[in-house]
Amino acid sequence: MDLDAVAEWSRYVVVVATLGYLASWLAFCAEAGIHSRRRRAVTEAAAEPERELVGVAASASAAPADEATASAPSGPGDAELQERADRLGGLGRGLFALTTVALAAGVVMRGLGTERAPWANMYEFSITGTLVASIVFIALARTVVGRVVAVWAVLLIFVTVGLASTFLYVPPGPVQPALQSYWLVIHVGCAVLAFGLFTVGAVVSALQIVSERAAERGRTTGFGASLPESAGLDRLAYRLTAIAFPIWTFGPLILGAIWAEVSWGRYWGWDPKEVWALITWLAYAAYLHARATAGWKGSKASVVALIGYGTVLFSYFGVNILFNGLHSYGGL
Amino acid sequence: MTTTPMDTRPPVDNRPPPLNGLELARWAWRQLTSMRVALILLFLLAVAAIPGSIIPQTEANPLNVRDFRARNPELSQWYDRLGLFDVYSTPWFAAIYIALMISLIGCILPRCWQHWKAMRAQPPKAPRRLTRMPAYRKVEVDATPDEALAVARAELRSRRFRLRKPLEDEADSVGAEIGYLRETGNLLFHLALVVVLLAVALGGLFSYRATVLVTEGSGFSNQVIQFDSLSAGALFDTADLPPFSMDLDEFRMEFVESGNQIGQPADYEATVTLVREPGAEPETHTIRVNEPLNIDGTSVHIMSPGYAPAFTVRAADGETILAEGPVPFLPRDGSFTSEGVVKVEVPPEYGDDIGIQAGFLPTAFLDENGPRSVFPGARNPEVYLTAWHGDLGLDDGQPQSIYRLDTEDMEQYLGDGGEPYRARLPVGETVGLPDGRSITFDGYVTWVNLQIGRNSGRELALVGGVAAVIGLMGSLYARRRRAWVRTSVGPEGRTVVEVAGLHRAEGSSGDRLADEIGAITDGLLLRLGGAEGKRED
Repeated sequence: MDLDAVAEWSRYVVVVATLGYLASWLAFCAEAGIHSRRRRAVTEAAAEPERELVGVAASASAAPADEATASAPSGPGDAELQERADRLGGLGRGLFALTTVALAAGVVMRGLGTERAPWANMYEFSITGTLVASIVFIALARTVVGRVVAVWAVLLIFVTVGLASTFLYVPPGPVQPALQSYWLVIHVGCAVLAFGLFTVGAVVSALQIVSERAAERGRTTGFGASLPESAGLDRLAYRLTAIAFPIWTFGPLILGAIWAEVSWGRYWGWDPKEVWALITWLAYAAYLHARATAGWKGSKASVVALIGYGTVLFSYFGVNILFNGLHSYGGL
Repeated sequence: MTTTPMDTRPPVDNRPPPLNGLELARWAWRQLTSMRVALILLFLLAVAAIPGSIIPQTEANPLNVRDFRARNPELSQWYDRLGLFDVYSTPWFAAIYIALMISLIGCILPRCWQHWKAMRAQPPKAPRRLTRMPAYRKVEVDATPDEALAVARAELRSRRFRLRKPLEDEADSVGAEIGYLRETGNLLFHLALVVVLLAVALGGLFSYRATVLVTEGSGFSNQVIQFDSLSAGALFDTADLPPFSMDLDEFRMEFVESGNQIGQPADYEATVTLVREPGAEPETHTIRVNEPLNIDGTSVHIMSPGYAPAFTVRAADGETILAEGPVPFLPRDGSFTSEGVVKVEVPPEYGDDIGIQAGFLPTAFLDENGPRSVFPGARNPEVYLTAWHGDLGLDDGQPQSIYRLDTEDMEQYLGDGGEPYRARLPVGETVGLPDGRSITFDGYVTWVNLQIGRNSGRELALVGGVAAVIGLMGSLYARRRRAWVRTSVGPEGRTVVEVAGLHRAEGSSGDRLADEIGAITDGLLLRLGGAEGKRED
């Protein structure tokens, strides 16, 4: 099989991975649905002890556990629900892992087929960045916090890969002279890595805000209550950003400046991409400072992090699509 | 402000006494160097940078600015007033980053001093109640309190904690601290940022960047008079230009020949002959897009390329050559459909001046939309031209663009039917003008814009940048924490060892500290076990 065919086939592998992420998300949703049903049952049982008795009687007499009548937390129906939720969660995680392997295969095939690092245009950047994010999520999913985060991450990943393989798709081919450099591997490689980490961090920050709000209002049911404690999410978001920020400083900014000096003869020229990389850097610097300042911990800092992620998205999608600068390599 | 009804004094008396100048300055300084103001300035700088990415900038793209001005004359006036075509050199942009710099320095310098003192100071002594610390362990051992404390010191030292030199009244405890790297890194990061900004600002004073268009077979010497454009810092001295000269022997363009990216540039390569200084041996070098040529700190880059069709214009006698040679044409699209003019100043005995307005198509293709180029490589080069005669106006002292024909004093040649004269020429063909003179399309060469420049201070900026990342990693990943061990004799006569810890770092969880205190305790027990074992035998 020749290299072109390998690169072409990579597209189908990525499309299959997209569907895999969708299936994984649906499994997670089903799991979350069962959990929320159980929690609601617990709250209702606590609120109305009489009905609980009825419920127990009903579940004892009418065996099918998938009926909503199985409301008592300690009843046999609940145990079965729990088991089903666990099965669905396991299925979701398994699919997630399997799909990530498929996506990795797609990315590697694209790289092999085009004989270069697979991040030279928006399509390749998107699938590789998603792969990074997926791997980070899988690494996080060993913890309780990470598992909750992963559920929402899958949706984001599905959307990104979906966009990549439809609107952003660029057929495999060589890159223009300006990109034929080992700098492409490191400079853009660091950007992909930081992009993936910032994405995970943004999901965690968003969940942190929801969780903190829910705790403030004393919610015991609903989505907010299903989340881990907000302080843990806050710490996780900070750690992810603390890893991504130096990578962003080093790859996009410093190595970018070196490459710009080699390729264009100046290390900083206020090209739109450079400007937005700097804006992103400033926004995340503000986040790190905000977290170090009393009174900004928690959801306020998370809002700053989300603004930072907004600038990441704009540096990526906005600058590539709207502006015509020196970084017009998107291939659109 | 409140005043009671009983109070008949004028309300102004209730105010704190007005700040005098010094106090006001001190207040302003405290505000400026506060974290809150630093946060605001960071955001302000980010927001202020946005318009420069949306509105075309003179420095990055002067052509786009010209187009924008032509399309929006009124808006452009307002933009000019606010400096929006040169955002990054406007006073308001400078004001923000200078304020940020002052805020940063004002914040960092006192912290440097504090950190210096902290590094030399002793770690704090053990608090009275270690149980109140966020991490706490208590164990009982058989060793004496002094032995246990000595082992605790060894354990802490092996974990690279810095130990407190005990005073007389603290013989029962040891204090230790670790993670000074956090603040060291933090300060290094911020100081390195200052270095980067200074390197950029001072380097900019000595830097220069020039462009020169060179056609294959010709050359230039590195002098200001030969440059097409030059931008230089305030302290740049033309005497600093290295005295080299350079000939472009060949400029090769390769394009993707097939597939879905057909026509995309695949490779550009210039082969040049360099003479470093007058009289020096000529050297041959190649320059490619990511491989500039470095000549004593000045680098030569390949910028935009194009084609230069070559013409020979002959007088009516068919022999006398009025003009010949390649003329650079400007590409209009990705397929290098190029346009240009040839200005032929004719001696009076051979008639009036000739102005040729032409399009060069490397791979010509003709359909109902007219002629155009369908591939950037020269597979089927053709020239489409029309011509004018009259006075080119080259002698009246007015500078003219070499890419535009001033037809004010000229008349377009007309064809047989009275329509404007047009001709289509493949390579080697000759066409006669209605007045008997002729134009031959001899062929073409390529040209390339070379950028010659020096970025002073780039090494310093790089060192600053790398130092900033190293400092950043220290400040983000090192965790500053304290540990204390206290020994006492318990009610049962055994020695009680208390181990406690306190973390002072951002983003560190209590779990990790508890783990560490646990590990210290375990290590201590292990060492004691070893020591006791030795004593037994």
